[in-house]
Amino acid sequence: MKAVYFAWVRERIGKSEETIVPPAEITTTGDLIGWLCGRGEEYAYAFENPKLIRIALDRAHVGHDASLAGASEIAFFPPMTGG
Amino acid sequence: MRKTRIQAEDFDLSAETAAIRQSGDDIGALASFVGLCRSESGQLQALELEHYPAMAEAEIANIAEQAEQRWPVLGLTIIHRYGRIAAGEQIVLVIAAARHRAEAFAAAAFVMDYLKTRAPFWKKQHRLDGTTTDWVAATDHDEASQRRWVSS
Repeated sequence: MKAVYFAWVRERIGKSEETIVPPAEITTTGDLIGWLCGRGEEYAYAFENPKLIRIALDRAHVGHDASLAGASEIAFFPPMTGG
Repeated sequence: MRKTRIQAEDFDLSAETAAIRQSGDDIGALASFVGLCRSESGQLQALELEHYPAMAEAEIANIAEQAEQRWPVLGLTIIHRYGRIAAGEQIVLVIAAARHRAEAFAAAAFVMDYLKTRAPFWKKQHRLDGTTTDWVAATDHDEASQRRWVSS
């Protein structure tokens, strides 16, 4: 699946998007955060406070317990500050 | 008539007001809101607005649809800018048209509260001294403003 990162999440990870292939046991958005944290300290730094992380699956807001089934794009970003 | 745009360029309130008035001659009230980039007492040079283009478009359409379902709006215009916006410049425009003022005011306020908390935009500050830049933090106040519409 495609992962996209925005604002300080993007800056901490050091890239704006990538293709990720999580193992089959990773089934929810929250699982995926844990799995990404194990990939390197830049991910652990970006996700150090999971409460501040907002997630979208295929461009719709979801919680940290949403199922990844069928999703092709996941986005991680801080709380929004537009308007 | 609904018009939503996400653009780097500036917008013109007068031109957008004239355009929304074409929505029909039953319009009795237009409520407009323009959000500007504050200078923070002269310390801020500009804001850099980052956005998630495909989702921003979908989310703004979704917010507009919710406003149209809640109030009998005759026209709704939402324009949100991205990119570098200097202090004093315009960032966002919302115009709601309705038969009466209560619906126009409410729809415009609702759209702004949802834009601030649901639309994927993030502001980075560029200070005048050029030494530090940081991301604007979301406020509890904005969250509370959005939540007031959930129970009402």
